[in-house]
Amino acid sequence: MIGERRLEEIRREAEQTGRVAAAGIRAAGAPFPKATAENGYYGLPLLKEPVWTWEIPAYFFVGGMAGAAAVVGVAARISGANEEIVRDARWIAAAGGAISAPLLVGDLGRPERFLNMLRVFKVQSPMSVGAWTLAAFGSASAASLFAEEMRRQTDLPVTAVGDAAALLSAATGTVMATYTGVLIGATVIPAWSKHASTLPLHFAASALSSAVSMLELLGHEEPALKALGIAANAFETFVGARIEMRGGKESEPLRHGASGTTIRIGGLLSGPLPLLLRLLGGRSKRARRAAAVSSLAGSLITRFAWVKAGRASARNAPR
Amino acid sequence: MQRQEERVSTTGFFTDSTLCIGCKACEVACKEWNDVPEDGYAWSGLSYDNTLALGHSTWRHVKFVEREAEIGKGGNDPHHLTWEFSSDVCKHCEVAGCLESCPTGSIIRTEFGGVFVQPDICNGCGYCVVACPFGVIDRRPHDGRAFKCTFCYDRQKAGLVPACAKACPTESILFGDLEEMQRVADRRIAQLHGAGMADAKIYNPTDTSVGGIHAFFLIRGDERAYNLPPRPEVPTALLQSSWTAAAAGAAALVVGSLLAFALGGRK
Repeated sequence: MIGERRLEEIRREAEQTGRVAAAGIRAAGAPFPKATAENGYYGLPLLKEPVWTWEIPAYFFVGGMAGAAAVVGVAARISGANEEIVRDARWIAAAGGAISAPLLVGDLGRPERFLNMLRVFKVQSPMSVGAWTLAAFGSASAASLFAEEMRRQTDLPVTAVGDAAALLSAATGTVMATYTGVLIGATVIPAWSKHASTLPLHFAASALSSAVSMLELLGHEEPALKALGIAANAFETFVGARIEMRGGKESEPLRHGASGTTIRIGGLLSGPLPLLLRLLGGRSKRARRAAAVSSLAGSLITRFAWVKAGRASARNAPR
Repeated sequence: MQRQEERVSTTGFFTDSTLCIGCKACEVACKEWNDVPEDGYAWSGLSYDNTLALGHSTWRHVKFVEREAEIGKGGNDPHHLTWEFSSDVCKHCEVAGCLESCPTGSIIRTEFGGVFVQPDICNGCGYCVVACPFGVIDRRPHDGRAFKCTFCYDRQKAGLVPACAKACPTESILFGDLEEMQRVADRRIAQLHGAGMADAKIYNPTDTSVGGIHAFFLIRGDERAYNLPPRPEVPTALLQSSWTAAAAGAAALVVGSLLAFALGGRK
């Protein structure tokens, strides 16, 4: 045993010289961090990491896309655009709303108690506002789709009901597309709270770009969709550049390590890449589809990257 | 109508680290009384602390702060470290991040001024975890609900002192009327300063958005060495700016979509 031999040496040194000059035995894991103002308490994290699993960032993506699709659908309906885009937008909104609920319930520690979310309404809790918004959005977008399909297949006078539901779905859809930014922004996690007033806009652009891209992949080629896609991708490029250039120590998880890399991949795929494809692609269908796929992937990766960065930020919060 | 306003005083903890001997009786008493499950038997190598932090299954936590001696300030022998013990606990904030953020209304303010998680209502959404500036509350794996110090709500209801304060052999943990505790703390700090312990101070962030805490501490030196944040802020302080941005984003979505289709919807 190396430890025993070293101890013998130390004892001999002590006997012969009366003192021990050399260091003793290095304990496993040494040197241990000290409790100091700079290190904090032995370098241990002060904050708790977010406990959310994959369902939450997946919900940010799906719910955001559904919300933005509802808005696009109503805008298309008002402008008198072709009926197919209105129907497909309602499909995306309704399907997104239907997928969102199980995602959120699945992440709960006690899924069987999901109805407790609707036990109270608390305006100071973005989670509470979100739960009520999703309940309203899910119902309204399902109703708008149901009315649309009924209108097509029967003679029932459901157009007005469908439009009213679509309007409610779009109104709550704007909240769906933005509130998740408030949800993570208004927390104690430094990388999130530092960007509390950027995240809602960032997520709104991400939601719009994914909704537009999904409609494009379903075969719609309206110039309006292209214009919205360009606007969203341009804003995402701007947000990406801002993250790179601004925000001190708190923003480090957004630029360094695994979370920083993920943020960058998401940013490239939802910002400059589809923007260039849309601007330079001309009338090429392939360029348009590539831009749509890139936007969707970028939007999804971006949400996972922000949650990942939140975990890293809680582990290494600046003192 | 009969007027029956029972005046219940607001209570508080005053934990004095200069009296703590690191016996961890508070940790044990808390676990015993509240039936808190074990939280691992790992050896940390960090002084005598193997619990490391407050969490879902650690509601009292004794910190062992080892520091270089500073002659005249702490320790008399430059070759030996000083050893400070401090029993940490949920701060029961005046404005509590966990309580504000809880979407189910599970987390409430009790009549004693404490912050209490109702275990029959919590559905384990995890939002309180990212709303606590002190990193106290956490979701318990397998159970699924969030847990933290209850301020021994059940004992207080019965007129008893919380288990940790009852068990503390040195009266390092004092419990009582909040204002009385503050007076005790003021007297103690004056006494220590008079005795030359210049780095002794009270940790109670009254000048931040937390607005003060119901469990405050007497510590020595920089609070960061104890993992206590110098300026804890409640996340609700960010709501206004964040919702304003959300409103701007929502408006941009609506106006942008309407414009895009009005100008280019019909080919």
